[in-house]
Amino acid sequence: MGRYIVRRILWGVLLLIVVAALMFVFFRILPTGDPAKLRAGRTASAKLLSEIRHDLGLDKPLLTQFWEFMKELFLHFKLGYSYYSSAPVTELIKNRLPATISLVAGGALIWLLSGVTVGIISAIRRRTVLDRASMGTALVLVSAPEYWLGLIALYFFAADIGKVHVFPGAGTYVGLSSDPGKWFTSLILPWLVVAASNAAIYARLMRGSLIDVMGEDYIRTARAKGLRERRVIVRHGVRSAINPIVTIFGLDIGVLLGSAILVETVFNIPGIGRLNYDAITHADFPIVQGTVLAAALFIVCANIVVDIAYAYLDPRVRYS
Amino acid sequence: MSVNVAGALPSSSGDNLEFLEAGGEIAARSPLQLFWRRFRQDRVALASLGFIVLLVIIALAAPLFVKLFGLPGPNVLNPNLTDEFGAPLGPSGGHPFGVDPLGQDVMSRVIYGTRVSLEVGIVGTAISTSIGVTLGVLAGFYRGWVDTIFSRIADVVLSIPLLLLGLGIGAACAVRGCASGLIQPGLGVIIFLIALANWTYVYRIVRGLVLSLREREFVEASRALGASDARIMFREILPNLVAPIIVYSSLLIPQNILFEAALSFLGVGVRPPTASWGQMIAAATPIFNTAWWYMTFPGVALLLTVLAFNLLGDGLQDALNPRYAR
Repeated sequence: MGRYIVRRILWGVLLLIVVAALMFVFFRILPTGDPAKLRAGRTASAKLLSEIRHDLGLDKPLLTQFWEFMKELFLHFKLGYSYYSSAPVTELIKNRLPATISLVAGGALIWLLSGVTVGIISAIRRRTVLDRASMGTALVLVSAPEYWLGLIALYFFAADIGKVHVFPGAGTYVGLSSDPGKWFTSLILPWLVVAASNAAIYARLMRGSLIDVMGEDYIRTARAKGLRERRVIVRHGVRSAINPIVTIFGLDIGVLLGSAILVETVFNIPGIGRLNYDAITHADFPIVQGTVLAAALFIVCANIVVDIAYAYLDPRVRYS
Repeated sequence: MSVNVAGALPSSSGDNLEFLEAGGEIAARSPLQLFWRRFRQDRVALASLGFIVLLVIIALAAPLFVKLFGLPGPNVLNPNLTDEFGAPLGPSGGHPFGVDPLGQDVMSRVIYGTRVSLEVGIVGTAISTSIGVTLGVLAGFYRGWVDTIFSRIADVVLSIPLLLLGLGIGAACAVRGCASGLIQPGLGVIIFLIALANWTYVYRIVRGLVLSLREREFVEASRALGASDARIMFREILPNLVAPIIVYSSLLIPQNILFEAALSFLGVGVRPPTASWGQMIAAATPIFNTAWWYMTFPGVALLLTVLAFNLLGDGLQDALNPRYAR
């Protein structure tokens, strides 16, 4: 087991190195635009441009630039400096992390609870009107773009511009430490929007998984023993049907930490996604590169956690 | 091939009765016929298919539909259609979906937006499916180092946050394209990203299936007959994979449509004046509380299109894998 964990982590580090190298190719080699020109403005002299190039290290050969980029990243955990504001990218990301974590954690709690509950009820009441209605709703929610749902939610419920003034609208986010009450209310709408499509996916998965499990022989045995139906469903059925959900839950949180950009943009929440979005309007590639790498780090970590947890939970998984 | 089983079948089951044909001879149904018999019972899937066919017709004949409804073209600017503060006018007889702040007709743009969504959905899916199938068959068949290389590449792709990368590449390539003009801004970038991203799903499924299929007797038989590797892979094994490939690629289409809309919403996808639903929603965002029609109609179009493809995918899955039908 110990060796499995070490191997899994080493592979994760290797993955990150490859992703970092790819980012270098995508954001230093591919773009045709010149970052020095972006930084210097339109009326820059040739001398100023060459000075900026020198400051940014852009006058060195690409291979040297690559080596320095990787060395900074993996030995000092530094991602360079913003072309636009000169602030260190690592700091910027650190400052934005709490908002993204708040959004993802709350949303995840809502979608896990609601998705699993709806899935179980649908599986038990299979082919009833209730089942059909909730699966229909789920499919609509899966198909709706979340930013559009966000706009609709704001249109109806935002306190400032909505039809019914219920929840605080866009741009009202405050940190948890500065005002917990406001933090909570400002995140209600974003949480619901983030949760909607995921809850729908989980409901569909949970339903399918539970229906499969309820067809197994040991469920029949449990019933034959005379256990109450409720106990059969909860202790025997849900207990094993929930395994795939737990796996996907871990992966989804990893993905979402980096990809909450759409909801963050609509609700103007100062998270990592929003940082990326703003950086793009300035062609500030060190930040773009940094946020992509941070998001990749979340995905890789989530994968490792899920794999290890799975190896613990399911002894049939071979450590190879 | 036909087998004489007249009288041998119990006549109690209605389904079996349908297999009996004139003279007690039954003709074996091709998989396609079996599929179609199951599929056409599924009214929801049929309705979705109908809707998608309609969308394709709308996309192909967009100018015709715009004329049919008596609308101005999608890029016709008409400042007379905004009020003295520059706010666009809402739905009316001549403009059923209202107009946008530039005075362009929203319905006309929604109709033209069908083209972008379907093009990205279908072309992007076709490319990523072809890559995934080819690599998956090769990896599953040869195993060993071929499998290791492709699977590791898939791992790398899966650990890249695609929306963020898409945004970055979209922005990096926005001005003059990328890789000395090989990747052009707009639709080209999006299709490139989709191809890069989505082959992994198909790859994993195909690889797994080929790994088990290659051990079957028919593969051994054709090898004994002297068939080449290429023939075994693509003429013997591949036809067995048609059902799962159809199911998974049909479920990729709606994802790709949403991906294009999201990139266009964030401003790096399809650029104006080309009409795209995601980009219309983005343009509607600053004024969504006053001009509700501008965000509503492109959003509903997107929702219905994605929903139709999802329902069709579900229906295909049920019809192709009856064991899993629920």
